[in-house]
Amino acid sequence: MADFTSGFWNWFIIVPVLGGIAALFLLNRWMTGPRSKVGEKPKTMGHVWDEDLQELNNPLPRWWLNLFYITMVFGLIYLVLYPGLGSFSGILGWTEKGQYEKEMAAAGEQFNPLYEKYLQSDIKVLAAHRDARKTGERLFVNYCTTCHGSDAGGGPGFPNLRDDDWLYGGDPQTIKATIMNGRQAGMPAWGAVLGADGVANTAEYVLSLSGRSTNEAAVKMGQEKFQQLCIACHGPEGKGNPAMGAPNLTDNAWLYGGSKKTIMESIEKGRNGRMPAHAEFLGEAKVHLLAAYVYSLSHPLDDGESPEKH
Amino acid sequence: MSQPETYNYKVVRQFAIMTVIWGIVGMLVGVWIAAEMAWPALNMDIPWLTFSRLRPLHTNAVIFAFGGCALFSTSYYVVQRTCHVRLFGDKLAAFTFWGWQLVILAAAISFPLGITQSKEYAELEWPIDILITLVWVSYAIVFFGTIVKRRVSHIYVANWFFGAFILTIAVLHVFNNLVIPVSWTKSYSIYAGVQDAMVQWWYGHNAVGFFLTAGFLGIMYYFIPKQAERPVYSYRLSVVHFWALAFTYIWAGPHHLHYTALPDWTQSLGMVFSLILLAPSWGGMINGIMTLSGAWQKLRTDPILKFLIVSVSFYGMSTFEGPMMSIKTVNALSHYTDWTIGHVHSGALGWVGMISIGAMYFLIPRLFGRQIYSVKLIETHFWIATIGIVLYISSMWIAGVMQGLMWRAVNADGTSLALSLSRHSFPRPRRRIEERPWQADMKK
Repeated sequence: MADFTSGFWNWFIIVPVLGGIAALFLLNRWMTGPRSKVGEKPKTMGHVWDEDLQELNNPLPRWWLNLFYITMVFGLIYLVLYPGLGSFSGILGWTEKGQYEKEMAAAGEQFNPLYEKYLQSDIKVLAAHRDARKTGERLFVNYCTTCHGSDAGGGPGFPNLRDDDWLYGGDPQTIKATIMNGRQAGMPAWGAVLGADGVANTAEYVLSLSGRSTNEAAVKMGQEKFQQLCIACHGPEGKGNPAMGAPNLTDNAWLYGGSKKTIMESIEKGRNGRMPAHAEFLGEAKVHLLAAYVYSLSHPLDDGESPEKH
Repeated sequence: MSQPETYNYKVVRQFAIMTVIWGIVGMLVGVWIAAEMAWPALNMDIPWLTFSRLRPLHTNAVIFAFGGCALFSTSYYVVQRTCHVRLFGDKLAAFTFWGWQLVILAAAISFPLGITQSKEYAELEWPIDILITLVWVSYAIVFFGTIVKRRVSHIYVANWFFGAFILTIAVLHVFNNLVIPVSWTKSYSIYAGVQDAMVQWWYGHNAVGFFLTAGFLGIMYYFIPKQAERPVYSYRLSVVHFWALAFTYIWAGPHHLHYTALPDWTQSLGMVFSLILLAPSWGGMINGIMTLSGAWQKLRTDPILKFLIVSVSFYGMSTFEGPMMSIKTVNALSHYTDWTIGHVHSGALGWVGMISIGAMYFLIPRLFGRQIYSVKLIETHFWIATIGIVLYISSMWIAGVMQGLMWRAVNADGTSLALSLSRHSFPRPRRRIEERPWQADMKK
């Protein structure tokens, strides 16, 4: 079994387990004295502590002993049937993974047809389809809210999915690709290259891109650094690049926060945003519906059936 | 035989008083955080008062402050009285008192500040852990030092249990708290992943097994025969259940990690030994309750004995419930629900709480040379406590089973029913983007 690095560990487990149960049995046998006769008064052990503390020596209650033996026998039978004794996997061949897969397969048989029927429809059509959107929402609540929040409004480092600002693009196919394959962003750490002043100046320049700078001299110095180091991803005008998920720095949407302090932190230490891939976990049909739900969040319908009634 | 005046009662008195105080504090914090569950606004938007920070304060206060002081006080009392000799090391004993109070104070400050190792019942950060280790080693020296210089040849059964508790807790505490510090208030466990989880629950379950069980069985073995004025029911039974309990408990930890990344074989062993633990646990219950045989009528008139005996009954009930909950199929329903919380409290309030209260009612008048202020009030206390605990655990059973069933319920499309309900328990998003707290700093 892959759990062990050598055969030694197998016996390291088996010997104390079986030896321990055997020792418990022997302890019971050893301490089971003769039954007391009817009407016989139990004797004390003959020791006295603290003036009046004494001990009788009544025999072990029979029902209690039987209970003890039954649990031991149950335990031994269980260890024959199920994994437990080192690398012996039990004669039933049960594994936790096997049980999971079996239950998932049964659930898949029952529920997959529900999802597959949507797979042929266009995502935009599904986003406007009430039932599809409802199911999409339930999927979202099951799998996405831990990071993106139950209102899909995101959190620090987790994008808000309700606005129309997209790191990798917001058309249906791109959203689907993001969910299917995940995303790995990579903002390098520039602290060592820029030094403390360089970081502060560059942050000041970034602030100026959204019209929030207060220090023109710093902006000028920061711009120089920006043109050297940042434009490869964020572009010469700081408008970002959806192909690599580099954020637009000129708008007012900030993934990690837009204060100077937070921007400096992003520049100095870098960021490693990661969206996990769901293709293998959920399958394409569910992801298809999820994409439709996410798309619908930023594309309210005209017929008054908007998922979010503002 | 030595005269009672030669015993060191000062440290016993100190710990007895703090048992009462920390009991009240710890349980009040519990009531407060329970109320926060129902009315989250009670945290008043102050980080220090959030559930996440007060919960470890509650658990540590009742286990280590209340339970710990009860164990120190009773074990120091019992070991002197049953060894017929004064406590070893007066100064060291005084250090264990002040050191332990300092640990509690440090917990009361560091938990609300959010300083934590994130290990259940081992949340205290490494500098405090070192202080605990020092106190604990001193405790062991005082206790076993007294045993060594005893004036009777046989060691009384209560002291076996106190001794096992002190030794095992020392080992558990040290190995679960092996960390690499990165600052005075932050450290990282030396174990990784599932091994960290397994070491944590090896510790966690044996904190229950040795701190909250073996230690309190020590209390039982002295105070029940004393209060009932009857000999212990069976010496043989105490030998068998002592060794069986000590051996078997150590294996039971993996039942906290059923259906996780823990290997199948480890989970099975945890379950099997948890089941085998039933009889050794009940051995203690039998020995406690049967000690009353021939003196049952005392239960009618003596409320202190009521506390002690009902406590042992709760012990029997929760040590039956525990093995049942360790069965994988049961655990699949009970885990991650309030059932677990109910189970813990039938042990903590019913067993640990009531036996400590009974022991304190026995001890405090003797330690201070006074009479009980009002026996009627003890009677009232007993009934309020018993009814309260029964209501607590039965409501948690009902809630827990419901929650377990709801975790399993799915919508027609196979998604989780419980989670899709949670979607609607939150207000629909109306906040403008500027009001999102993590983006507030962009306004600067």
